[in-house]
Amino acid sequence: MDLAASLLIQLLNGVQYGLLLFLVASGLTLIFGIMGIINLAHGSFYMVGAYLAWSLASATGSLAAAIAIGIPLSIALGLALEWLLIRHFYQRDHLYQVLLTYGLILVFEELRSMIWGDDVQGVKVPELFAHAIPLTDTLSYPVWRLVMSGACLAVAAAMYLLIQRTRLGMTIRAGAHSRELVETLGINVRLLFQLVFALGVALAAFAGMLAAPVSSVYPNMGGQVLIVCFVVVVIGGIGSIRGALIASLLVGLVDTFGQVFAPQVAGMLVYLLMAVVLILRPEGLFRRA
Amino acid sequence: MTEPTLRRRRIVTAGGALVACTAFQAPIVRAQPAKLRVGMMLPSTGTYSPLGAAITNGFRMAIDELGGKVGGREVEYFTVDDESNPAKGPENASRLVQRDKVDVLVGTVHSGVALGMAKVARESNTLLLIPNAGADDITGPMCSPGIYRTSFSNWQPSYAAGAVAAQKKHKTAVWISWKYAAGEEAGRGFKEGFEKGGGKIVKELWLPFPREEFQALLSEIASLKPDAVGCFFAGAGAAKFIKDYAGAGLKEKIPLYSAGFLTDGVLQAVKAEAQGLLTTLHYADSLPIRRDEDFRRKYAVTFKLQPDVYAVQGYDAGLLLGQAMTAVRGDVSNKAGIAKALEGTVVDSPRGKWTMSKAHNPVQDIYLREVVGEQNKYVSVAMKQLADPARGCKA
Repeated sequence: MDLAASLLIQLLNGVQYGLLLFLVASGLTLIFGIMGIINLAHGSFYMVGAYLAWSLASATGSLAAAIAIGIPLSIALGLALEWLLIRHFYQRDHLYQVLLTYGLILVFEELRSMIWGDDVQGVKVPELFAHAIPLTDTLSYPVWRLVMSGACLAVAAAMYLLIQRTRLGMTIRAGAHSRELVETLGINVRLLFQLVFALGVALAAFAGMLAAPVSSVYPNMGGQVLIVCFVVVVIGGIGSIRGALIASLLVGLVDTFGQVFAPQVAGMLVYLLMAVVLILRPEGLFRRA
Repeated sequence: MTEPTLRRRRIVTAGGALVACTAFQAPIVRAQPAKLRVGMMLPSTGTYSPLGAAITNGFRMAIDELGGKVGGREVEYFTVDDESNPAKGPENASRLVQRDKVDVLVGTVHSGVALGMAKVARESNTLLLIPNAGADDITGPMCSPGIYRTSFSNWQPSYAAGAVAAQKKHKTAVWISWKYAAGEEAGRGFKEGFEKGGGKIVKELWLPFPREEFQALLSEIASLKPDAVGCFFAGAGAAKFIKDYAGAGLKEKIPLYSAGFLTDGVLQAVKAEAQGLLTTLHYADSLPIRRDEDFRRKYAVTFKLQPDVYAVQGYDAGLLLGQAMTAVRGDVSNKAGIAKALEGTVVDSPRGKWTMSKAHNPVQDIYLREVVGEQNKYVSVAMKQLADPARGCKA
């Protein structure tokens, strides 16, 4: 395999990883940027999504059906959590939010252990996509990874349209900017925030469902994803969807090429990137959209 | 608020009655030797909790088979959840030694925690039996007269994996693992086994622990085109690696060799992708050993669970304690006597007979296994009675 071909393949790897990060990070940046809630439990929603995909796919025999049932379920989970807990913390200090959402991580892990057990589980790739495209004589690329990337791109486009082009998106942006002002205009900001939170939860859960066939399903699977996603949110600029997209791709590429060309420091590179961005642009690449 | 006081008084009276009772019984009790206090320090929460449970089951099963007694002393258990948290290792071990006054410590799964236990055991001169943690150092530079391991060293199964790869006439191999102690020790073992057999490691690829994005490094393996790949992964990361390795189309082109931890406990998640994988370990499914068949049947009936390698390691720790206590007639303070009895002793384990080395690690058969269905099926003995080199052990 010549150098150009292997560079292209690594580029593909980086973009694909970045797009999946975006799906999780976009929900995080929405909740963080628009509602001002630091949500450490976001990784748990990713895990819940993956476990839903596994249990529903085992029950129905189809991942598509599992996703179709799982998304409304995760939206319901988001609505309920916001109503029960999160809404009482908007006015509180960030420290309380961190404590609350950290507690939620423990609760979700324990519930997961009670409902689904502690074993590693696998989800089958849908038959239609269960093959691979040969790239070179030794390497092929699983089609499902391309499907994942496509789904991530579609979600990115849909989010852009929702936030920038619809009335709902406009009120969300306005509510983030000045909650009181929007309330005096007679808009139910409380309901609006509840929707945003549920959307964030659904995005993380959807990412978990998409990733389940390639990553397997296992305890604490959200932990690692959460840390990288916080890096993405900080690099991209808190609350900016566009920033999250660019930052995800940047992190995906830096990480992938780091592993190939600088394996000694690969674990650090992403954090170095964050440090550099913060020095040059303390508010991240993009300010709040 | 009168109730709590009332309740307390009742407890005090009950306590008084108990003291009175034991005082009366004292002459009879004295005839019996004191119970042997065994501190079980294993994970009962977190990712490793099933391993902790299997080890505990195996250990108790061995002690029960001895009639609940070792060296004439009845065994009394004290348990602590070590949470697989190395930061709390020394503290938890000290609690067992100082508060519960245990005579023997048994634990644990996580190497970092076990290193803390070893420190406490050495300082307090407590006997320590290690039923899993594979860190080479424990029976290497840190080896000690009172510390015995009944499992494996990280070096052992990976050395065998490297040797098997060389036997299969592979000339070049790439090594891939997480960059952490266990991965590096396994890497050294694989390299030694492979290069001794005439092969050459052309490149070592490392990921930060516990990362699971393998795609970039798999692409690199494809471009390097080695004859074989050696790896060390365990748990959820292993499941993901098996999937990605097959997904990238490498499984059919470049054979993969690994210590058995790769395919233990994850086959339900990666059944299709793992079929035919060859791994090496000191235990396997369908071992042609009578002792193992009996052990498995009895374990399954007792605990309503299939035993695994961890259950065997716990069982062997129980057997070993029995052998040690018989030799010193229950006098656990006789460390020299225990060492004399155990070094070179043969343990008749379900995994096959093994011998305790001078550095206190099993000298044991390492099996070659093949994934068939959801089993790691025995193929052959990859290495007969393989001893860890115990580098740095001065004892």
